[in-house]
Amino acid sequence: MSELEYKVIVGLEIHVQLATRTKMFCSCGLGFGGEANTRVCPVCIGMPGVLPVMNKQAFEYSVLAALALNCNIPSFTKWDRKSYYYPDLPKNYQISQYDLPMSEHGYIEIPLEDGTTKKIRILRAHLEEDAGKNTHTFGNFSAIDLNRTGTPLLEIVTEPDLSSGAEVKALAVELQRIVRYLGVSHGDMQKGHMRFEPNINLEIIKEGKAYRTPITEVKNLNSFRALEGSVKYETVRQLDEFMETGVTFGMGNKRTFGWDDVNECTVLQREKEEAHDYRYFPDPDLVPVEMNDEWLAEIKGQLCELPIQKQQRFVDEYKLSEYDAAVLTGDRATAEFFDGAVKLGADAKRVCNILTQTGLKMANEKGCSAAELGVSVENLATLAKMVDAGDINANAATKIFEEMTASDKGPAVLAGKLNLVQKSDAGEIEGFVDEVLGANAEAVAEAKSGSKKSKKAMGFLMGQVMQKSKGQANPQVVSQLLNKKLGESE
Amino acid sequence: MSNKIDEAQARQVAKLSRLDLTDDEIKRFSGDLSSILEYIEKLDELNTDSVEPLAHCLPVHNVFRADVPKESLTAEQAVANAPERYDNYFKVPKVLDDNSGA
Ligand SMILES: [Zn+2]
Repeated sequence: MSELEYKVIVGLEIHVQLATRTKMFCSCGLGFGGEANTRVCPVCIGMPGVLPVMNKQAFEYSVLAALALNCNIPSFTKWDRKSYYYPDLPKNYQISQYDLPMSEHGYIEIPLEDGTTKKIRILRAHLEEDAGKNTHTFGNFSAIDLNRTGTPLLEIVTEPDLSSGAEVKALAVELQRIVRYLGVSHGDMQKGHMRFEPNINLEIIKEGKAYRTPITEVKNLNSFRALEGSVKYETVRQLDEFMETGVTFGMGNKRTFGWDDVNECTVLQREKEEAHDYRYFPDPDLVPVEMNDEWLAEIKGQLCELPIQKQQRFVDEYKLSEYDAAVLTGDRATAEFFDGAVKLGADAKRVCNILTQTGLKMANEKGCSAAELGVSVENLATLAKMVDAGDINANAATKIFEEMTASDKGPAVLAGKLNLVQKSDAGEIEGFVDEVLGANAEAVAEAKSGSKKSKKAMGFLMGQVMQKSKGQANPQVVSQLLNKKLGESE
Repeated sequence: MSNKIDEAQARQVAKLSRLDLTDDEIKRFSGDLSSILEYIEKLDELNTDSVEPLAHCLPVHNVFRADVPKESLTAEQAVANAPERYDNYFKVPKVLDDNSGA
């Protein structure tokens, strides 16, 4: 294979399921799984003569997400019918938005591997309803469950600004953080709350001339791994295809692929004989939505510091590593828990260590966020301060943190109760040091000798002092005193 | 009179609507649809230069409901009118192209 210079070009279509309690145009509840056709009503089944009514929360969640994606919110938006016949959509049209979407022209900032960020432009984001679910495995027929029909989806369309599988994954992860921070979606990939459809092609430079390969659309990806994998796989496949056939981008040669999760490859889907004719037209059942300044301001008030901004601030202000900052800003509650303790005067690195080494592990086991373990932000701050003051050591901090999750007592009380208070009082420790030095003449001589054995002897003396203090002496103070005394008596 | 909707277009419209029409019907509907379009074209005689496009015929906007669940149908009720059912599901001919637009 000769080396070709090429660029990967990817745009994404993303469907995000909103975290409302009910469907978009009827009062059926949202859920996952459950008995077939038990969350349906005449509206979402598509009975004739019914009237859909818009869920206000779904609209406000969409506006909130669109604001976080830096989109414009037009003052007027409307609903359109997108016609197609498919049994999981019994009305034979999907209520969507065509020419006047509720938001457009924004961007999402994504973190890159080198620590910088990149802005990916967003063409538009609009609201639409989900379809139901088909099952083909019961026999020589299809079985339709309409529980999902009418679930509110925010469809986000990016410009083709992404240039690698890693960037595509970074965008997906960032978007998941954003919608979870805002509470507009649970962002649970396994439940299909976020579905991705990348449009992928390449720009290949051959003998100084640029060629574009035909666009591949990969349908319905709902894991980060599949998303990244599909882009990587398509890059290689399209390069190979171009070298074999020389086929380039042209009218009507966009193709639809699926993703084979087992073999980790894209699979060509049956090509349609003709392009869909969706015959969009305004939905006469639904009146338009007009946005005014007051309402918009009210929704803007629900915005929060975005995850990537928080992450950057933790690096800049708190001097955390990129890695630690990313871990702590994974979910909003943990980020605010950490931030709160630091704002109460605790050392950022210390709080970070307590959380990353203990809190997040426990949270993971319990399936909650570190902020929900039952430790108050005040107690977290106090605990960190106690370590820095030398009152307790880092191991004790772990034990006390664990204890605090099951107790309403503060860290100082628990440290006392668990006998974890470290003695830093030089006077008291000096007594132990003198005793140990007096009783171990041989080790003292070896420690002073400067020979190979001196380090080992030093460790032995250190251990003896710690033992005498029942493990409660501050090792730093012990070490200082030992060094001082051994030096003096030379 | 030359038809605005020829038979091929009538067939396409029928196909999009999942209607199975005979050749005679195609002939008849291409004529009917053409005359309907011609009739509607009368509207082109109006001067609409200063008229804003209309998205909805009612002067009403922002009709919402609260996000509060209400009781749904039972599965039994839901599939009661279906031509065919399998368990609590609607039963339909096997769908090959599993690729709805949503
Ligand atoms: Zn319903």
